[in-house]
Amino acid sequence: MIQLENITWSTGARVILDDVTLTVPSDTYAVLMGSTGCGKTTLLEVLCGLRQPQKGRVLIEGRDVTALEPRERGIGYVPQDLALFPALKVFDQIAFALNLRRLPADARVRELADELAIAHLLERQPEALSGGEKQRVAIARALAASPKLLLLDEPLSALDEAMRGEAATMLKRIQQQHHLTVLHVTHSHAEATQLADLRLSFANGRVTPL
Amino acid sequence: MNRSQQCWLALAVITASYVIFWLLLLGASAAYATPDSWLRVLASPEIRHATWLSLISCTAAAGFALLLAIPVGYFMSRKSFPGKAWLDAALDIPIILPPLVVGLCLLIFFQTFAGKLIEKVIPFTYTVAGVVLAQFVVAASFAIRTMRGTFDHLSARPEEVALTLGCTRFQALWHVALPAARRGMVAAFCIAWARSLGEFGPILVFAGATRMKTEVLPTTVWLELSVGNLEAAVSVSLLMVLMAILVLVIVRRTGEKV
Repeated sequence: MIQLENITWSTGARVILDDVTLTVPSDTYAVLMGSTGCGKTTLLEVLCGLRQPQKGRVLIEGRDVTALEPRERGIGYVPQDLALFPALKVFDQIAFALNLRRLPADARVRELADELAIAHLLERQPEALSGGEKQRVAIARALAASPKLLLLDEPLSALDEAMRGEAATMLKRIQQQHHLTVLHVTHSHAEATQLADLRLSFANGRVTPL
Repeated sequence: MNRSQQCWLALAVITASYVIFWLLLLGASAAYATPDSWLRVLASPEIRHATWLSLISCTAAAGFALLLAIPVGYFMSRKSFPGKAWLDAALDIPIILPPLVVGLCLLIFFQTFAGKLIEKVIPFTYTVAGVVLAQFVVAASFAIRTMRGTFDHLSARPEEVALTLGCTRFQALWHVALPAARRGMVAAFCIAWARSLGEFGPILVFAGATRMKTEVLPTTVWLELSVGNLEAAVSVSLLMVLMAILVLVIVRRTGEKV
Protein backbone atom coordinates (compact mmCIF):
# COMPACT_ATOMS: atom_id res chain seq x y z
CA MET A 1 0.00 0.00 0.00
CA ILE A 2 1.18 3.53 -0.82
CA GLN A 3 0.24 6.42 1.44
CA LEU A 4 1.21 10.06 1.08
CA GLU A 5 0.22 12.21 4.06
CA ASN A 6 0.11 16.00 3.69
CA ILE A 7 3.10 16.13 1.36
CA THR A 8 4.31 19.61 0.44
CA TRP A 9 7.11 20.32 -1.99
CA SER A 10 7.92 23.68 -3.52
CA THR A 11 10.69 25.25 -5.52
CA GLY A 12 11.25 28.93 -4.80
CA ALA A 13 7.85 30.60 -4.71
CA ARG A 14 6.13 27.88 -6.78
CA VAL A 15 4.26 25.21 -4.82
CA ILE A 16 4.31 21.96 -6.82
CA LEU A 17 2.79 19.62 -4.23
CA ASP A 18 0.37 21.36 -1.90
CA ASP A 19 -0.56 19.25 1.12
CA VAL A 20 -1.03 16.14 -1.04
CA THR A 21 -2.70 13.15 0.58
CA LEU A 22 -3.39 9.92 -1.29
CA THR A 23 -3.75 6.21 -0.63
CA VAL A 24 -3.30 3.39 -3.12
CA PRO A 25 -4.31 0.00 -1.67
CA SER A 26 -2.11 -3.08 -2.23
CA ASP A 27 -2.39 -4.97 -5.53
CA THR A 28 -4.12 -1.99 -7.14
CA TYR A 29 -3.41 -0.43 -10.51
CA ALA A 30 -3.83 3.29 -9.81
CA VAL A 31 -3.70 5.87 -12.58
CA LEU A 32 -2.91 9.45 -11.63
CA MET A 33 -4.06 11.92 -14.27
CA GLY A 34 -2.96 15.49 -14.71
CA SER A 35 -1.90 17.92 -17.39
CA THR A 36 1.70 18.15 -18.59
CA GLY A 37 3.93 20.07 -16.17
CA CYS A 38 1.50 19.91 -13.23
CA GLY A 39 3.99 18.07 -10.97
CA LYS A 40 3.17 14.39 -11.52
CA THR A 41 6.84 13.48 -11.94
CA THR A 42 7.74 15.40 -8.75
CA LEU A 43 5.16 13.37 -6.87
CA LEU A 44 6.71 10.10 -8.09
CA GLU A 45 10.20 11.37 -7.19
CA VAL A 46 9.05 12.21 -3.65
CA LEU A 47 7.53 8.75 -3.41
CA CYS A 48 10.69 6.94 -4.45
CA GLY A 49 12.96 9.22 -2.38
CA LEU A 50 14.70 11.24 -5.09
CA ARG A 51 13.23 14.43 -3.60
CA GLN A 52 12.76 15.11 0.07
CA PRO A 53 9.36 16.69 0.92
CA GLN A 54 9.41 19.87 2.96
CA LYS A 55 6.40 18.61 4.90
CA GLY A 56 4.45 15.37 5.28
CA ARG A 57 5.13 11.62 5.38
CA VAL A 58 5.55 8.83 2.84
CA LEU A 59 4.37 5.39 4.00
CA ILE A 60 4.88 2.12 2.16
CA GLU A 61 3.04 -0.94 3.47
CA GLY A 62 2.38 1.10 6.63
CA ARG A 63 6.08 1.85 7.23
CA ASP A 64 7.23 5.48 7.35
CA VAL A 65 9.98 5.72 4.70
CA THR A 66 10.18 9.53 4.52
CA ALA A 67 13.73 9.63 5.87
CA LEU A 68 14.95 6.57 3.97
CA GLU A 69 17.20 6.72 0.91
CA PRO A 70 15.73 5.58 -2.46
CA ARG A 71 17.67 2.30 -2.28
CA GLU A 72 16.00 1.38 1.03
CA ARG A 73 12.42 1.83 -0.19
CA GLY A 74 12.04 -1.24 -2.42
CA ILE A 75 10.30 0.63 -5.23
CA GLY A 76 10.61 -0.09 -8.95
CA TYR A 77 10.71 3.17 -10.93
CA VAL A 78 10.37 3.63 -14.68
CA PRO A 79 10.87 7.33 -15.56
CA GLN A 80 9.36 8.94 -18.63
CA ASP A 81 12.69 9.07 -20.48
CA LEU A 82 13.33 5.44 -19.36
CA ALA A 83 16.92 6.39 -18.45
CA LEU A 84 18.57 3.16 -19.57
CA PHE A 85 22.22 2.97 -18.52
CA PRO A 86 24.16 4.22 -21.57
CA ALA A 87 27.14 1.86 -21.33
CA LEU A 88 25.44 -1.43 -20.39
CA LYS A 89 23.98 -4.09 -22.65
CA VAL A 90 20.40 -5.21 -22.02
CA PHE A 91 21.39 -8.27 -19.95
CA ASP A 92 23.44 -6.09 -17.58
CA GLN A 93 20.68 -3.50 -17.33
CA ILE A 94 18.23 -6.13 -16.08
CA ALA A 95 20.84 -7.83 -13.88
CA PHE A 96 21.89 -4.50 -12.32
CA ALA A 97 19.82 -4.65 -9.12
CA LEU A 98 20.62 -8.36 -8.63
CA ASN A 99 24.37 -7.83 -9.10
CA LEU A 100 24.29 -5.05 -6.51
CA ARG A 101 22.74 -7.47 -4.03
CA ARG A 102 25.16 -10.24 -5.08
CA LEU A 103 22.22 -12.44 -6.08
CA PRO A 104 22.36 -14.97 -8.94
CA ALA A 105 21.20 -13.05 -11.99
CA ASP A 106 21.21 -15.33 -15.01
CA ALA A 107 17.96 -17.29 -14.46
CA ARG A 108 16.01 -14.25 -13.23
CA VAL A 109 17.14 -12.07 -16.16
CA ARG A 110 16.13 -14.76 -18.67
CA GLU A 111 12.78 -15.29 -16.94
CA LEU A 112 11.96 -11.56 -17.12
CA ALA A 113 13.30 -11.31 -20.68
CA ASP A 114 10.99 -14.17 -21.75
CA GLU A 115 8.05 -12.59 -19.96
CA LEU A 116 8.59 -9.24 -21.66
CA ALA A 117 9.54 -10.74 -25.04
CA ILE A 118 13.04 -9.24 -25.06
CA ALA A 119 15.08 -12.47 -24.83
CA HIS A 120 16.52 -11.81 -28.31
CA LEU A 121 17.78 -8.37 -27.22
CA LEU A 122 19.93 -9.35 -24.22
CA GLU A 123 23.27 -8.73 -25.96
CA ARG A 124 22.28 -5.36 -27.47
CA GLN A 125 23.34 -1.91 -26.34
CA PRO A 126 20.50 0.54 -25.51
CA GLU A 127 21.13 2.74 -28.56
CA ALA A 128 20.29 -0.25 -30.78
CA LEU A 129 16.75 -0.61 -29.36
CA SER A 130 13.44 0.82 -30.59
CA GLY A 131 11.22 2.91 -28.29
CA GLY A 132 9.00 -0.05 -27.41
CA GLU A 133 11.99 -2.32 -26.75
CA LYS A 134 13.59 0.28 -24.49
CA GLN A 135 10.39 0.57 -22.53
CA ARG A 136 10.22 -3.21 -21.93
CA VAL A 137 13.89 -3.28 -20.88
CA ALA A 138 13.26 -0.44 -18.40
CA ILE A 139 10.30 -2.35 -16.93
CA ALA A 140 12.32 -5.59 -16.68
CA ARG A 141 15.14 -3.67 -14.98
CA ALA A 142 12.68 -2.22 -12.44
CA LEU A 143 11.14 -5.66 -11.74
CA ALA A 144 14.40 -7.60 -11.34
CA ALA A 145 14.70 -7.10 -7.59
CA SER A 146 11.01 -8.07 -7.10
CA PRO A 147 9.64 -4.77 -5.75
CA LYS A 148 6.08 -4.68 -4.41
CA LEU A 149 5.52 -1.18 -5.82
CA LEU A 150 6.02 -0.02 -9.38
CA LEU A 151 5.96 3.65 -10.39
CA LEU A 152 5.42 4.37 -14.08
CA ASP A 153 5.88 7.90 -15.41
CA GLU A 154 4.00 8.34 -18.71
CA PRO A 155 5.12 4.85 -19.79
CA LEU A 156 3.19 4.82 -23.08
CA SER A 157 3.88 8.37 -24.24
CA ALA A 158 6.82 7.45 -26.48
CA LEU A 159 4.90 4.69 -28.31
CA ASP A 160 2.87 5.07 -31.48
CA GLU A 161 -0.89 4.53 -31.45
CA ALA A 162 -0.68 0.95 -32.75
CA MET A 163 1.67 -0.17 -29.96
CA ARG A 164 -0.08 1.59 -27.07
CA GLY A 165 -2.96 -0.88 -26.71
CA GLU A 166 -0.58 -3.85 -26.72
CA ALA A 167 1.77 -2.17 -24.21
CA ALA A 168 -1.15 -1.29 -21.90
CA THR A 169 -2.29 -4.94 -21.93
CA MET A 170 1.27 -5.98 -21.06
CA LEU A 171 1.41 -3.53 -18.12
CA LYS A 172 -1.87 -4.85 -16.71
CA ARG A 173 -0.68 -8.45 -17.10
CA ILE A 174 2.60 -7.67 -15.33
CA GLN A 175 0.76 -5.98 -12.44
CA GLN A 176 -1.48 -9.01 -11.95
CA GLN A 177 1.21 -11.68 -12.35
CA HIS A 178 3.64 -9.98 -9.97
CA HIS A 179 0.93 -8.82 -7.51
CA LEU A 180 2.19 -5.27 -7.77
CA THR A 181 0.83 -2.01 -6.48
CA VAL A 182 1.23 0.28 -9.47
CA LEU A 183 1.05 4.07 -9.64
CA HIS A 184 0.93 5.08 -13.30
CA VAL A 185 0.91 8.78 -14.16
CA THR A 186 -0.43 10.01 -17.47
CA HIS A 187 -2.45 12.75 -19.11
CA SER A 188 -4.36 10.21 -21.26
CA HIS A 189 -7.99 9.37 -20.41
CA ALA A 190 -7.80 6.33 -22.70
CA GLU A 191 -4.97 4.80 -20.64
CA ALA A 192 -6.86 5.44 -17.42
CA THR A 193 -10.00 3.81 -18.81
CA GLN A 194 -8.09 0.75 -20.02
CA LEU A 195 -5.88 0.18 -16.96
CA ALA A 196 -7.14 1.80 -13.78
CA ASP A 197 -8.58 0.04 -10.76
CA LEU A 198 -8.32 3.44 -9.07
CA ARG A 199 -8.37 6.79 -10.88
CA LEU A 200 -6.90 9.91 -9.32
CA SER A 201 -6.77 13.46 -10.59
CA PHE A 202 -3.87 15.82 -9.96
CA ALA A 203 -4.38 19.55 -10.44
CA ASN A 204 -3.15 22.73 -8.75
CA GLY A 205 -0.82 20.74 -6.51
CA ARG A 206 -3.60 18.54 -5.08
CA VAL A 207 -4.76 14.96 -5.68
CA THR A 208 -8.45 14.03 -5.71
CA PRO A 209 -10.15 10.69 -6.51
CA LEU A 210 -12.19 10.55 -9.75
CA MET B 1 25.70 31.66 -55.71
CA ASN B 2 22.95 32.44 -53.18
CA ARG B 3 23.41 34.17 -49.82
CA SER B 4 23.51 30.92 -47.88
CA GLN B 5 26.26 29.50 -50.10
CA GLN B 6 28.23 32.75 -49.79
CA CYS B 7 27.99 32.51 -46.01
CA TRP B 8 29.26 28.89 -45.99
CA LEU B 9 32.04 29.80 -48.40
CA ALA B 10 33.17 32.70 -46.18
CA LEU B 11 33.21 30.42 -43.11
CA ALA B 12 35.14 27.76 -45.03
CA VAL B 13 37.72 30.33 -46.14
CA ILE B 14 38.22 31.55 -42.56
CA THR B 15 38.65 27.96 -41.30
CA ALA B 16 41.02 27.02 -44.12
CA SER B 17 43.08 30.20 -43.61
CA TYR B 18 43.60 29.36 -39.95
CA VAL B 19 44.65 25.77 -40.69
CA ILE B 20 46.97 26.89 -43.53
CA PHE B 21 48.53 29.50 -41.21
CA TRP B 22 49.41 26.75 -38.72
CA LEU B 23 50.69 24.41 -41.43
CA LEU B 24 52.92 27.23 -42.72
CA LEU B 25 54.31 27.81 -39.22
CA LEU B 26 55.11 24.12 -38.76
CA GLY B 27 56.37 23.79 -42.32
CA ALA B 28 58.76 26.72 -41.89
CA SER B 29 60.15 25.18 -38.69
CA ALA B 30 60.48 21.77 -40.35
CA ALA B 31 62.36 23.34 -43.28
CA TYR B 32 64.66 25.21 -40.91
CA ALA B 33 65.81 22.05 -39.11
CA THR B 34 68.53 20.26 -41.10
CA PRO B 35 69.04 16.47 -41.03
CA ASP B 36 72.30 17.14 -39.15
CA SER B 37 70.53 19.01 -36.38
CA TRP B 38 67.96 16.20 -36.13
CA LEU B 39 70.74 13.61 -35.77
CA ARG B 40 72.51 15.70 -33.16
CA VAL B 41 69.28 16.05 -31.18
CA LEU B 42 68.54 12.33 -31.31
CA ALA B 43 72.12 11.44 -30.35
CA SER B 44 72.34 13.84 -27.42
CA PRO B 45 72.06 11.98 -24.07
CA GLU B 46 70.73 15.16 -22.39
CA ILE B 47 67.92 15.50 -24.93
CA ARG B 48 67.13 11.77 -24.80
CA HIS B 49 66.87 12.11 -21.01
CA ALA B 50 64.63 15.16 -21.37
CA THR B 51 62.42 13.25 -23.83
CA TRP B 52 61.96 10.31 -21.48
CA LEU B 53 61.35 12.59 -18.51
CA SER B 54 58.75 14.52 -20.52
CA LEU B 55 56.94 11.32 -21.52
CA ILE B 56 56.94 9.90 -18.00
CA SER B 57 56.15 13.11 -16.12
CA CYS B 58 53.34 14.10 -18.53
CA THR B 59 51.74 10.67 -18.20
CA ALA B 60 51.99 10.78 -14.40
CA ALA B 61 50.67 14.36 -14.21
CA ALA B 62 47.78 13.57 -16.58
CA GLY B 63 46.95 10.41 -14.60
CA PHE B 64 46.87 12.32 -11.30
CA ALA B 65 44.90 15.14 -12.92
CA LEU B 66 42.27 12.66 -14.13
CA LEU B 67 42.03 11.04 -10.69
CA LEU B 68 41.28 14.46 -9.22
CA ALA B 69 39.08 15.65 -12.10
CA ILE B 70 36.58 12.77 -11.90
CA PRO B 71 35.31 13.40 -8.35
CA VAL B 72 35.59 17.20 -8.59
CA GLY B 73 33.90 17.32 -12.02
CA TYR B 74 31.09 15.02 -10.82
CA PHE B 75 30.55 17.05 -7.66
CA MET B 76 30.43 20.36 -9.54
CA SER B 77 28.10 18.94 -12.17
CA ARG B 78 25.59 17.18 -9.95
CA LYS B 79 25.44 19.10 -6.68
CA SER B 80 23.90 22.53 -6.09
CA PHE B 81 25.07 24.48 -3.06
CA PRO B 82 25.52 28.09 -1.93
CA GLY B 83 28.71 29.66 -3.28
CA LYS B 84 29.00 27.20 -6.16
CA ALA B 85 29.74 30.01 -8.64
CA TRP B 86 32.67 31.16 -6.47
CA LEU B 87 34.08 27.65 -6.17
CA ASP B 88 33.67 27.21 -9.93
CA ALA B 89 35.70 30.39 -10.51
CA ALA B 90 38.32 29.30 -7.96
CA LEU B 91 38.87 26.02 -9.83
CA ASP B 92 39.95 28.06 -12.86
CA ILE B 93 42.62 30.00 -10.97
CA PRO B 94 45.54 27.91 -12.32
CA ILE B 95 44.27 28.56 -15.87
CA ILE B 96 44.20 32.34 -15.52
CA LEU B 97 47.34 32.77 -13.41
CA PRO B 98 50.52 33.60 -15.34
CA PRO B 99 52.58 30.34 -15.50
CA LEU B 100 55.59 31.89 -13.73
CA VAL B 101 53.32 32.92 -10.85
CA VAL B 102 52.12 29.31 -10.49
CA GLY B 103 55.76 28.22 -10.17
CA LEU B 104 56.48 30.99 -7.70
CA CYS B 105 53.44 30.02 -5.58
CA LEU B 106 54.68 26.41 -5.48
CA LEU B 107 58.20 27.51 -4.56
CA ILE B 108 56.98 29.75 -1.74
CA PHE B 109 54.48 27.18 -0.40
CA PHE B 110 57.27 24.62 0.05
CA GLN B 111 59.20 27.18 2.12
CA THR B 112 56.35 27.32 4.64
CA PHE B 113 56.07 25.02 7.68
CA ALA B 114 53.43 22.82 6.00
CA GLY B 115 55.48 22.66 2.81
CA LYS B 116 58.65 21.67 4.65
CA LEU B 117 56.75 18.91 6.45
CA ILE B 118 55.58 17.52 3.09
CA GLU B 119 59.11 17.73 1.70
CA LYS B 120 60.37 15.54 4.54
CA VAL B 121 58.24 12.74 3.04
CA ILE B 122 58.53 13.60 -0.67
CA PRO B 123 61.05 16.27 -1.74
CA PHE B 124 59.44 18.37 -4.49
CA THR B 125 61.57 21.49 -4.91
CA TYR B 126 64.11 21.05 -7.75
CA THR B 127 63.25 17.34 -8.15
CA VAL B 128 61.48 15.16 -10.71
CA ALA B 129 58.49 14.99 -8.33
CA GLY B 130 58.44 18.79 -8.55
CA VAL B 131 58.27 18.58 -12.37
CA VAL B 132 55.20 16.33 -12.11
CA LEU B 133 53.59 18.58 -9.47
CA ALA B 134 54.18 21.74 -11.57
CA GLN B 135 52.61 20.02 -14.59
CA PHE B 136 49.77 18.61 -12.47
CA VAL B 137 48.58 21.89 -10.88
CA VAL B 138 47.80 23.46 -14.25
CA ALA B 139 46.75 20.29 -16.12
CA ALA B 140 44.26 19.41 -13.36
CA SER B 141 42.21 22.56 -14.01
CA PHE B 142 41.82 21.64 -17.67
CA ALA B 143 40.95 18.04 -16.79
CA ILE B 144 38.36 19.20 -14.22
CA ARG B 145 36.73 21.48 -16.78
CA THR B 146 36.59 18.64 -19.31
CA MET B 147 35.13 16.14 -16.81
CA ARG B 148 32.57 18.63 -15.58
CA GLY B 149 31.47 19.27 -19.16
CA THR B 150 31.24 15.51 -19.71
CA PHE B 151 29.02 14.96 -16.66
CA ASP B 152 26.93 18.05 -17.56
CA HIS B 153 26.16 16.44 -20.91
CA LEU B 154 25.21 13.11 -19.33
CA SER B 155 21.68 12.96 -17.95
CA ALA B 156 21.49 12.41 -14.19
CA ARG B 157 18.34 10.29 -14.64
CA PRO B 158 20.11 6.92 -15.08
CA GLU B 159 21.99 7.56 -11.83
CA GLU B 160 18.70 8.39 -10.08
CA VAL B 161 17.17 5.16 -11.36
CA ALA B 162 20.27 3.34 -10.10
CA LEU B 163 19.61 4.82 -6.64
CA THR B 164 16.10 3.32 -6.66
CA LEU B 165 17.56 -0.04 -7.76
CA GLY B 166 19.74 -0.23 -4.66
CA CYS B 167 22.83 1.91 -5.34
CA THR B 168 24.47 4.31 -2.94
CA ARG B 169 25.47 7.60 -4.55
CA PHE B 170 29.05 6.35 -4.85
CA GLN B 171 27.89 3.12 -6.52
CA ALA B 172 25.76 5.14 -8.96
CA LEU B 173 28.88 7.14 -9.88
CA TRP B 174 31.01 4.01 -10.20
CA HIS B 175 28.57 1.68 -12.01
CA VAL B 176 26.56 4.15 -14.12
CA ALA B 177 28.17 7.59 -14.54
CA LEU B 178 31.80 6.51 -15.01
CA PRO B 179 31.18 3.87 -17.71
CA ALA B 180 29.08 6.44 -19.58
CA ALA B 181 31.85 9.05 -19.19
CA ARG B 182 34.67 6.90 -20.66
CA ARG B 183 35.18 9.08 -23.72
CA GLY B 184 35.21 12.21 -21.58
CA MET B 185 37.86 10.60 -19.39
CA VAL B 186 40.02 9.88 -22.43
CA ALA B 187 39.55 13.47 -23.60
CA ALA B 188 40.42 14.85 -20.14
CA PHE B 189 43.57 12.69 -20.04
CA CYS B 190 44.59 13.88 -23.54
CA ILE B 191 44.08 17.54 -22.69
CA ALA B 192 45.98 17.19 -19.39
CA TRP B 193 48.80 15.30 -21.13
CA ALA B 194 49.14 17.83 -23.96
CA ARG B 195 49.01 20.72 -21.51
CA SER B 196 51.70 19.09 -19.35
CA LEU B 197 53.98 18.54 -22.36
CA GLY B 198 53.99 22.26 -23.10
CA GLU B 199 54.39 23.36 -19.47
CA PHE B 200 57.48 25.46 -18.97
CA GLY B 201 57.21 28.44 -16.59
CA PRO B 202 56.18 26.64 -13.37
CA ILE B 203 58.75 23.87 -14.02
CA LEU B 204 61.55 26.36 -14.59
CA VAL B 205 60.79 28.27 -11.38
CA PHE B 206 59.88 25.34 -9.12
CA ALA B 207 61.88 22.37 -10.43
CA GLY B 208 64.76 24.18 -12.11
CA ALA B 209 66.49 23.42 -15.41
CA THR B 210 69.20 21.00 -14.36
CA ARG B 211 70.46 18.88 -17.27
CA MET B 212 70.04 15.11 -16.82
CA LYS B 213 67.87 15.79 -13.77
CA THR B 214 64.80 18.05 -14.11
CA GLU B 215 65.16 19.03 -17.76
CA VAL B 216 62.03 18.41 -19.84
CA LEU B 217 61.67 19.21 -23.54
CA PRO B 218 60.36 22.80 -23.18
CA THR B 219 63.34 23.44 -20.88
CA THR B 220 65.63 22.02 -23.57
CA VAL B 221 64.20 24.47 -26.14
CA TRP B 222 64.85 27.34 -23.73
CA LEU B 223 68.37 26.13 -22.85
CA GLU B 224 69.30 25.71 -26.53
CA LEU B 225 67.84 29.13 -27.40
CA SER B 226 69.73 30.77 -24.52
CA VAL B 227 73.05 29.63 -26.00
CA GLY B 228 72.01 30.67 -29.53
CA ASN B 229 71.57 27.15 -30.87
CA LEU B 230 68.41 27.88 -32.86
CA GLU B 231 68.63 24.73 -35.04
CA ALA B 232 68.64 22.42 -32.03
CA ALA B 233 65.81 24.39 -30.42
CA VAL B 234 63.72 24.01 -33.58
CA SER B 235 64.52 20.29 -33.84
CA VAL B 236 63.43 19.71 -30.23
CA SER B 237 60.27 21.74 -30.84
CA LEU B 238 59.43 19.55 -33.81
CA LEU B 239 60.15 16.47 -31.73
CA MET B 240 57.58 17.73 -29.20
CA VAL B 241 55.04 18.32 -31.98
CA LEU B 242 55.56 14.76 -33.27
CA MET B 243 55.31 13.27 -29.78
CA ALA B 244 52.13 15.21 -29.03
CA ILE B 245 50.52 14.16 -32.32
CA LEU B 246 51.58 10.52 -31.86
CA VAL B 247 50.33 10.22 -28.29
CA LEU B 248 47.08 12.05 -29.00
CA VAL B 249 46.35 9.85 -32.04
CA ILE B 250 47.04 6.70 -29.97
CA VAL B 251 44.86 7.84 -27.07
CA ARG B 252 42.08 9.06 -29.40
CA ARG B 253 42.07 5.71 -31.24
CA THR B 254 41.86 3.96 -27.88
CA GLY B 255 39.12 6.36 -26.83
CA GLU B 256 37.04 5.54 -29.88
CA LYS B 257 37.17 1.86 -29.03
CA VAL B 258 36.03 2.22 -25.40
